[in-house]
Amino acid sequence: MTGKGTPALPEVSVNMVFIPTLWSKIGDNNTMAVGKEKIIELKNITKTYDNGFTAVSDFNLYVKRGEFVTFLGPSGCGKTTTLRMIAGFELPSSGTILLNGKNIAALPPYERPINTVFQRYALFPHMNIYENIAFGLRQKKMPEDVISKKVKKVLDLVDLEGFEKRSVSTLSGGQQQRIAIARALVNEPEILLLDEPLGALDLKMRKEMQLELKEMHRNLGITFIYVTHDQEEALTMSDTIVVMSEGRIQQIGTPEDIYNEPKNAFVADFIGESNIFNGIMTGKLRARFCGGEFTCVDDVEEGTHITAVVRPEDVIITAPEEGTIRGHVTSVIFKGIHYEITIESGKSEMLVQSVKSQKVGDYVGMKVDPDNIHIMIAEDHTNYFAADINAEHRLEYNNKVLDTSVTKIIPGSKRDASGNIIDASGDVIDTAKTKIMIAIQPQDIQMTDHVDEGLVDGYISNLIYKGDHYSYVIHTDIEQEFIVDDEYLWNMGDHVGLVMPIEKMSFSLKK
Amino acid sequence: MHIFRFSRKTLGIPYALFLLLFVVSPLIVLFYYAFTNGEGQFTIANFTGFFTDPNTMGTLCYSFAIALVTTLVCLLIAYPVAYILAKSHLKKKSVLVMLFIMPMWINFSLRITALKEILTLIEGNLAYYPFLNAVCGMTYDFLPFMILPLYNTISKLDDSLIEAAKDLGANDRAAFFKITLPLSVPGIVSGVSMVFLPAMTNYVVLDMLYNSTYIMGSLIGSYFAAYNWHGGSMIALILLAIICAFTLLRRGMEDDDQTIGGALL
Repeated sequence: MTGKGTPALPEVSVNMVFIPTLWSKIGDNNTMAVGKEKIIELKNITKTYDNGFTAVSDFNLYVKRGEFVTFLGPSGCGKTTTLRMIAGFELPSSGTILLNGKNIAALPPYERPINTVFQRYALFPHMNIYENIAFGLRQKKMPEDVISKKVKKVLDLVDLEGFEKRSVSTLSGGQQQRIAIARALVNEPEILLLDEPLGALDLKMRKEMQLELKEMHRNLGITFIYVTHDQEEALTMSDTIVVMSEGRIQQIGTPEDIYNEPKNAFVADFIGESNIFNGIMTGKLRARFCGGEFTCVDDVEEGTHITAVVRPEDVIITAPEEGTIRGHVTSVIFKGIHYEITIESGKSEMLVQSVKSQKVGDYVGMKVDPDNIHIMIAEDHTNYFAADINAEHRLEYNNKVLDTSVTKIIPGSKRDASGNIIDASGDVIDTAKTKIMIAIQPQDIQMTDHVDEGLVDGYISNLIYKGDHYSYVIHTDIEQEFIVDDEYLWNMGDHVGLVMPIEKMSFSLKK
Repeated sequence: MHIFRFSRKTLGIPYALFLLLFVVSPLIVLFYYAFTNGEGQFTIANFTGFFTDPNTMGTLCYSFAIALVTTLVCLLIAYPVAYILAKSHLKKKSVLVMLFIMPMWINFSLRITALKEILTLIEGNLAYYPFLNAVCGMTYDFLPFMILPLYNTISKLDDSLIEAAKDLGANDRAAFFKITLPLSVPGIVSGVSMVFLPAMTNYVVLDMLYNSTYIMGSLIGSYFAAYNWHGGSMIALILLAIICAFTLLRRGMEDDDQTIGGALL
């Protein structure tokens, strides 16, 4: 992985939602083994649980025969739920799953030609290895001599010859994992689903199994759908990676595409180390971020707010006068094949990977090859939420009264003699049916440890470092997400109150 | 100079004394009475007498029958209850579990008296169906002891095993009989031993139901009431042997990682 990006197409940075047809072209070039026809297709899949939690929303994907597809994302992003819907353990709330063109969304798992390798193996403890592997074949009522031949063959495949009579509890984690794979593969499924199968193994074993799984995939020609939160694992093994966050697909592409051309800040941050900055286009192919003006290759209109991504290995350290930007070295960490150097430039921080060490405190310059600057049009992060109007004509949100009145925020409105509120044209506003939309910018919200002081409180469910501040997503109990910018580091899962000054809010009427 | 250390061994002394006084010595007394006659001489007549007396053998068989039917009825009622409780995603699950367990905490004589009244209401005269009444009383009394170990075993059962079975082509029925049921055997064994053995001896239930039939417990009671300590001790010893045999059998069936002792609360 060199990170040498291919020049970005202009529309790549414009289209936040990936178009499947574009992806199919990438799919064709993947490997020779990947077939032309779609084996499985998920259309508009949404999964909402009884408690109202939406785990997956509007999921669209198709997988070609023989492909190795990885669902990649942080925990709780819906990747496992999607896999379980393919396996048949969960029914989608809406949408269709087409297997070879037939809708299988409502079929029970035992009627699908799909097998799963479970996260914690799920080997049957009351059966020996032979019986475990033979389980699926026995359900198909195969003759015993065929079963014993197939079991022997598949044990050969996973390098555990002669383990037939062993009991599950005598096996190591790695061996149990191989048996779990063997138990699924012996049924010759059309699709093999793997739910974080290597999560419980130690690092060395994991690396070994990654290569072995890849090898198996190549030799067997079975379609693999793999779930992991480990980006390195995904990059190593997959033909295609589906990056997910908060139940939605963020990007679909080959490992190279995902790494070199991330579609948004989330993908850039999740895949590998990145420097992410907010910036603005200052001219044709000129972008200003991190306190400097850089030449880039993405043709974005002047004046557009952008998010710029620079991989640490693409930053070149120069003499101060030669750099596009300059800064002081604040830390140097030896990482084996390279040094990880942090350089502070004004309010921003740049992470650099270099084979040459620097001294802490040195003043250095930095430049980046235009090809290696990835420009994305900044997403609008304004927070919107709806407040009620209570009996006293005050705004109420989350059972808390805002210190303002309706007449103040609706231009031209006033209270008439009977206490009703009338708008500028003299019509009575029905407060019971009217809501006030409040908009507030991420940087105008303050987080506090004193949760009661905030208008709402919630838990930090996501954070991305944006060079000179962190961008947080706060998930509240009232199912509203807030995006907050803060220059200080808070932790994932922190319980925070959100203080929103009324003077920073803008209001609009919503009937 | 010897330094006294207050060790864990010292802490064990009161318990060792307790065991010696209330477990070991009564056992020795039991053995003594079982193998002696009225004159204090060694004899195995009590032992042979038990197996040759049609009366005692009849009671043994009758007790067995009651215990067997009670256990089966308990199992048939308890398994679905335990399964539903363990596998449901109800919010108030713990309350439901408690409701099933609660009879254990209500005074036993009160419960049986209530049952007696209900049975009398239905049957008219309790003397008509002594066997049925015995089974009813025992089942009512012992059901929680069957539900609890089953519930514990089933709720510890990993759902992914059942999913794996279905994934490998087993339908609901096959998954139940090939995975769920075999894996709940420790709970079944534990429940059975908690119900079967007491059901053979708990004659108080029968007494309170005005039941005139004899089970092993009542037999021992009657021997002691008639001052035949030797015969009574032998019967108690034989029951003890049966219990030991059961326990050993249970040990053999248990997996080493599934401690059924912990199956009780």
